Amino acid sequence: MTAAATPASPPATAGGQPGVRLARSRRNAELSLLLVAMVLVAAYAAMVEANVLETVTPDFWVPAAALSAVFLALHVAIRFLAPFADPALLPAVALLNGLGVGFLRRLDLARATPAERADLAIFAGTGGRQLAWTLASVVLAAGLLLVVRDHRSISRYAYTLGLAGIVLVMIPAVLPSSISEINGAKLWVRVGGFSIQPGEFAKLALLAFFAYYLVRKREVLSLASRRILGVDFPRGRDLGPVVVVWLISLLVLVFEKDLGTSLLYFGMFVVTLYIATERVSWLLIGLVLFFGGAYLAYVLGSTVGGPFANFYLRAEIWLDPFADPYEDGYQLVQGLLALGTGGLFGAGPGGGQPLKLPEVQNDFIFAGIGEEIGLFGLSALLVIYLLIVERGLRAALAVRDSFGKLLAGGLAFTLGLQVFVIVGGISKLIPLTGQTTPFLSAGGSSLMANWLLIAVLLRVSDGARRPVTGGGGVTRPAGGPPEQLHGAPTEVIKP
Amino acid sequence: MNAPLRRVGVVVIVLFGLLFANLNWIQAYKADEYRNSDYNGRVQVAEYKRKRGNIEAGGTAFAVSKETSGELTYLRTYPGGAQYAHVLGYKPVNLADRGIEKSENDFLAGTSDQLIANRVKDLFTGDQTAGGNVLLTISKRAQDVAFKQLRDNRNGVTKGAAIAIDPRTGAVQALVSMPSFDPNPLASHDTDEAAAAYNELERNPDGPLKNRALGEVLPPGSTFKIVVAAAALENGVTQETQIPAGASYTPPTSGTPIRNAAQSICPESQVPLKEAVRESCNTGFAQLGVRLGADAIKEKARQFGFEQDDLTVGRLGEGGHPVAASRTGSMENADGGDDPAALAQSSIGQRDVRMTPLQGALIAATVANGGSQMRPYLVRQLLGPDRTTDYYTARPRELRKPVSGQVATDLREMMVSVVEDGTGRNARISGYTVGGKTGTAQSGPNTRDHGWFIGFALDKDGNPVSAVCVLLEEAGDGGSAEAARIGGQIMRAAIADPGSR
Repeated sequence: MTAAATPASPPATAGGQPGVRLARSRRNAELSLLLVAMVLVAAYAAMVEANVLETVTPDFWVPAAALSAVFLALHVAIRFLAPFADPALLPAVALLNGLGVGFLRRLDLARATPAERADLAIFAGTGGRQLAWTLASVVLAAGLLLVVRDHRSISRYAYTLGLAGIVLVMIPAVLPSSISEINGAKLWVRVGGFSIQPGEFAKLALLAFFAYYLVRKREVLSLASRRILGVDFPRGRDLGPVVVVWLISLLVLVFEKDLGTSLLYFGMFVVTLYIATERVSWLLIGLVLFFGGAYLAYVLGSTVGGPFANFYLRAEIWLDPFADPYEDGYQLVQGLLALGTGGLFGAGPGGGQPLKLPEVQNDFIFAGIGEEIGLFGLSALLVIYLLIVERGLRAALAVRDSFGKLLAGGLAFTLGLQVFVIVGGISKLIPLTGQTTPFLSAGGSSLMANWLLIAVLLRVSDGARRPVTGGGGVTRPAGGPPEQLHGAPTEVIKP
Repeated sequence: MNAPLRRVGVVVIVLFGLLFANLNWIQAYKADEYRNSDYNGRVQVAEYKRKRGNIEAGGTAFAVSKETSGELTYLRTYPGGAQYAHVLGYKPVNLADRGIEKSENDFLAGTSDQLIANRVKDLFTGDQTAGGNVLLTISKRAQDVAFKQLRDNRNGVTKGAAIAIDPRTGAVQALVSMPSFDPNPLASHDTDEAAAAYNELERNPDGPLKNRALGEVLPPGSTFKIVVAAAALENGVTQETQIPAGASYTPPTSGTPIRNAAQSICPESQVPLKEAVRESCNTGFAQLGVRLGADAIKEKARQFGFEQDDLTVGRLGEGGHPVAASRTGSMENADGGDDPAALAQSSIGQRDVRMTPLQGALIAATVANGGSQMRPYLVRQLLGPDRTTDYYTARPRELRKPVSGQVATDLREMMVSVVEDGTGRNARISGYTVGGKTGTAQSGPNTRDHGWFIGFALDKDGNPVSAVCVLLEEAGDGGSAEAARIGGQIMRAAIADPGSR
């Protein structure tokens, strides 16, 4: 296999190849979509000001313009760094991110007194901080695209990333509560006025490790297995390391009382296992384990209490939030009332009362937005999320290497699962577990980690859509990593 | 690995489908339930975001909304305090609203259909639509006098009511119920504080929340003689007709004699009707009632407005303060025939006869207005938020015509003689012709008598300008004279207030 040509060369040579379609970069489509998204973000900001301030200030467009500048810069970077990347990803994420900043700024306006509103600087308040975090996140995403010119190079650091993932998850657990605990969950590292949630990044690192390990072992996993009760179980030594990593992170999360992330990691693990082995039995086992575990935790919570009491309480709130509408059920009740008050069309951007919702800038941002944009607006947001997830899965389908498939597929599914867990939680579809709403919720760690996730998806989709040149190899920059390691088929040794 | 990836794609679509279905359930199917939930403070916050309109009387605003820094943007305040409490009603955050605040709520809050054009306009200009303003018929001066005079009455009475209306239109000039209350604590945004204030008022045995001018029914005493006199005049009796009187009268079937208030009052066996009215001759009216029969008296009372239980005072014919029904009660035997004892007592406003102060004022106003009773109202005009657009102007309507012009003229002459030479001399106003009728009503064996006065004032040209009813509960001796004095003061203030007409 030869690494060939320059990365950004026009795909003219591809035309001559039999069976290879003419690849198009679609970068101009991305630019147009991005501009549409930014116009929407500016319009949203104007409507918010009209409703909250009863007037549209002359500089309502400033945050939107700043966002546009950042995203356009990323767009230009993509033109050079990943010219064949999926053109829908960036505009979709930019729209969500922009609306999130707009909504957080709307909260600032609602909280501020008239005097404070007058000189609300662009980087002031939650909205301004989110804007700053967006800048940093986009720079980081562009940096990832620059450093990782081929997604397969990630696999070289799989074990390092796996270890890093566990460490990241464990940091808050081992730190004293005074610098790691906020609202009863030990998830943070607070340094000065600054706090990050290392767990958000662990998600990416662990998935890279899972993907690498499962791809290496996939044939052993699917072939060398013992049949117990009609289900094929792989040998312990094959599955061992990945199960260990997963269990450690799960235990730590339970200790940190982060149910949502535990659920997320569990789903992430089961799905990557399923994709790697192509065995439906893993899905079934996963579901049985999940529901069994949830039920067991519920029963234990009602009888034994202890570490399960928290879960039991959440389940009880979920079953009947109106049983205790002012204390335990307050947040969920207010979320439901906000969504119901919004109805089909919503109160209009800035027209609702999101401040009635505890944690509206984080967990309940979807309910707060829902009150103002209604069922139609929320449906549109869900469609955008779905678009991102399905585009990620499409990249996984199209990319030619197994590691890439598993990485992109796992990341895309994880993102979708996260949206499901939090939106399902606030709308009483499933018990509420604290999670950020990707790209909308206030919080730098979450935003940054999700932008990195998008950068990886962009990178994989670039690899997937890049025209095949030369002897069927994938175009990548010269001096890329040797391909033998992961390109070679896994040796299968039957027991 | 593509087959499982595809299936994962399907799983994601299913998960999102569940979210979508669930959001439909919450935001479409359950939306109304959640929106109107008791736990939902959002609708209330939205209501208080809009500046509620003023309620004004005599050119001064007595219910205004002030901007606050709290979550509920506007605080309802009542600068008039207790003096206007029963006129305006009140609008609390969590308690039930009352009065004009309740009946004109849509217009004041700006949500009325009438204001739709304003809301559409403000949608484009970006202004928050304010509520419309309600202008009342109250004369500030008459209300001031009524409140002060009633509060500082010379008999030390703590419960009572006064109401003045313009006989030609039915516009209410003054309305006071005593004791009154300060509505400001009730409108407090601190709902605990508001509830505490309400409970204290509710527990007060004197019932300050009660609107006695419209809602209290008490035996009217001699003021009811005007109704009996009207029935008599329509049955062949004239002012000069001699009617049986005497120091004492015992109805045929009862041993309880009816006497006059004093030995000096109509001791003769016969007096002219006019004198019977002027001196408030109980024996004369008891016998007159027995002669006329229960049907004639009940029918005349009904024509004056007794028995009507759906009258409201607010916008003409559309909501407002509810008015209790005045009743004549039973005057019959078990066999259906007249019970002379009951009839005799009822004819002097005792027994089961019950009347609201408003009904008393309406009787006086009808007499003054040539027999035509105008529908009472409190809302003179509805002005838009910008105060330029007029959404409603009261057009006075006749409610009923209980007596002919001739009978009204006779009654008027007799009532004028009451004030000029009889029991109602305290009500005289220099430069004006004042008529009236006092009443002293026994309410029970252990309570003191109620003092009543109903009356009217005519200007130099004989046009009626004000009619009044004053009630002093359990006032004892001299209660009706004091009521007459207060009634005269109120009418004088109403006449003197150029803004009231």
